[in-house]
Amino acid sequence: MLRYTINRLLLMVPTLLGVAVLVFVLLRLMPGDIVEMRYLMDGGQVSAEVLAQERARLGLDKPIWQQFGDWMGGIVVGDFGTSMWTGRPVWDEISSRFQLSFQVAIMATILATLIAVPLGTLAALFKDTWIDRIIQVFAIAGLAIPSFWLGMLLILGLLLFFNWIPPLTFTPIYVDPWHNLSQLIWPALAVGYRYSAVATRMTRSTVLEVLQEDYIRTARAKGVFERLVVSRHAMRNAMLPVVTVIGLEFAFLIGGLVVTEQVFNLNGIGKLFVETVTRADYTMVQALVMLVATFFIVVNFLVDLLYAALDPRIRYR
Amino acid sequence: MAIAEETPKITYKVPKKRHPVLQFAITQPLGAAGLVFIIALFIAGIFAEYVAPYDPLELDYGAMLAPPSWDHLMGTDAFGRDVFSRIIYGARTALAVGFLSSALGSGIGAVIGVVSAYFGGRIDMAIQRFMDILLSFPIIVLALAVVAVLGKWPIGGLDINLIIAIAIPMIPKVSRVVRSAALAIREMPYVDAARAAGYGHTRIIFRHIAPNVVAPFLIMFTAFIAQAILLEASLSFLGLGVTEPTAAWGLMLSGTSQEFYQQAPWMIIFPGLAISLAVFAFNLFGDSLRDWLDPKIKI
Repeated sequence: MLRYTINRLLLMVPTLLGVAVLVFVLLRLMPGDIVEMRYLMDGGQVSAEVLAQERARLGLDKPIWQQFGDWMGGIVVGDFGTSMWTGRPVWDEISSRFQLSFQVAIMATILATLIAVPLGTLAALFKDTWIDRIIQVFAIAGLAIPSFWLGMLLILGLLLFFNWIPPLTFTPIYVDPWHNLSQLIWPALAVGYRYSAVATRMTRSTVLEVLQEDYIRTARAKGVFERLVVSRHAMRNAMLPVVTVIGLEFAFLIGGLVVTEQVFNLNGIGKLFVETVTRADYTMVQALVMLVATFFIVVNFLVDLLYAALDPRIRYR
Repeated sequence: MAIAEETPKITYKVPKKRHPVLQFAITQPLGAAGLVFIIALFIAGIFAEYVAPYDPLELDYGAMLAPPSWDHLMGTDAFGRDVFSRIIYGARTALAVGFLSSALGSGIGAVIGVVSAYFGGRIDMAIQRFMDILLSFPIIVLALAVVAVLGKWPIGGLDINLIIAIAIPMIPKVSRVVRSAALAIREMPYVDAARAAGYGHTRIIFRHIAPNVVAPFLIMFTAFIAQAILLEASLSFLGLGVTEPTAAWGLMLSGTSQEFYQQAPWMIIFPGLAISLAVFAFNLFGDSLRDWLDPKIKI
């Protein structure tokens, strides 16, 4: 187990390095760098000299391998550089927004789990009845409805029934928990519905599979109440793949927030990403992609470890 | 004596040999319903000129933000354009982008998967590591990056680079599923036989292995059409996909719609419904196709 853990940790390094190279090269292939975008956007006549000076200031005049080396060297000591657009440290720009996106992601996960596990189990227990069909349609619909559209419908509904408009500013949870939650519950719901759809389907199919097992028959044969058979014998064993799906989707939630944040006017990671990509703010985009990729890989790894911890039959080598 | 007369007549249910399409419709009614909707969408998209009552680009400043009526079934947008007509033309955009990008993505993914499984060893290892790297990008982030890098490359009103951007995130997923299916095929005696007969790698890959992974390929292909339509809508919504004035569902939800949808909700309700129903239909069809062809495959 220890060897497996170390192996996996070591394997993260080349993968992340690959992500770094890929995003670095992709950005440099983009037509027009940040200097051109900033100066030529205003339509002003700027001399080549000024452009060259600005490039030198941002370090864009160095050979590309040296730029990459500088960036990597910075990351190793925990320095992500400064935003090429605002000049503020990348870490400052990201951390406050990450807090918001992370909170929405966690709320969405909780909502999704609360919806998915009972619904999926019900669908499995009442397989091929109308209960099952309704739940299945609910789940497939969740995969089909774009979260940004659901978000707009939610806003429309809230406006219609409660005269509520999404506030323009964000209140952190430690300042005013009630205000914060009432603001973030809706984007969390918009994202969480889609998320729950995946998990509901997974719960249904694994509970169905587990119900076929011999130990379920044994439990029933020895006269255990059906309720206990389901809760103790079936559910506990069916939760493993569900945990995996929830874990894996969690990392992708951050990506899924890109569009939803736009709708709810939330200044989170997703919105920042769209802004910085269109501005060709290299340092910011690189840092954001690395952050999300690291997050994804680490969550992936934790899910595998959790898997082993929950199921003693699983032994990694 | 009497016993023989009372022997009930036993009738055996002989399964009739039905046409596969009919058999699919009977065993998978939901999937068949999805298919019918998809076909209807195709007809609407192809014959948009005849189905749509208005020109989707025609501005009508006399009827801006008009609510649904007999003149404008789904109302008009902020420029007075007919929402229903734009949805019909949007079907063309969505289906073209969905089909082409899914064909491209699952095609390349399938070839990579089969090649990776067939050669095994270092090649497999290298390919799979690269796929891991692609997989650690959230889909929309990867697509956004590709769109930003490639810019636009319109051919016949379609942005080819957008199709490429949507196709790339599919490649690692398809290649994984196809690879695992191909790994089993590689061990089959007939592959050994083909090798012993002296056939080249290309022939073995395309003639002996590829035909046997068609089922997972088809399932992934239909599933990804749905995802491509959704991704195209998201990118267009963010202003990085299809651009004005082309009619596209995601685009209809952005721009002026963002300003006015609280006064004119029909501007967003119908396009969103179109996206949801199209994706829903493809998902239903894809799920049924999976149950029908190969229930063991997990996507």
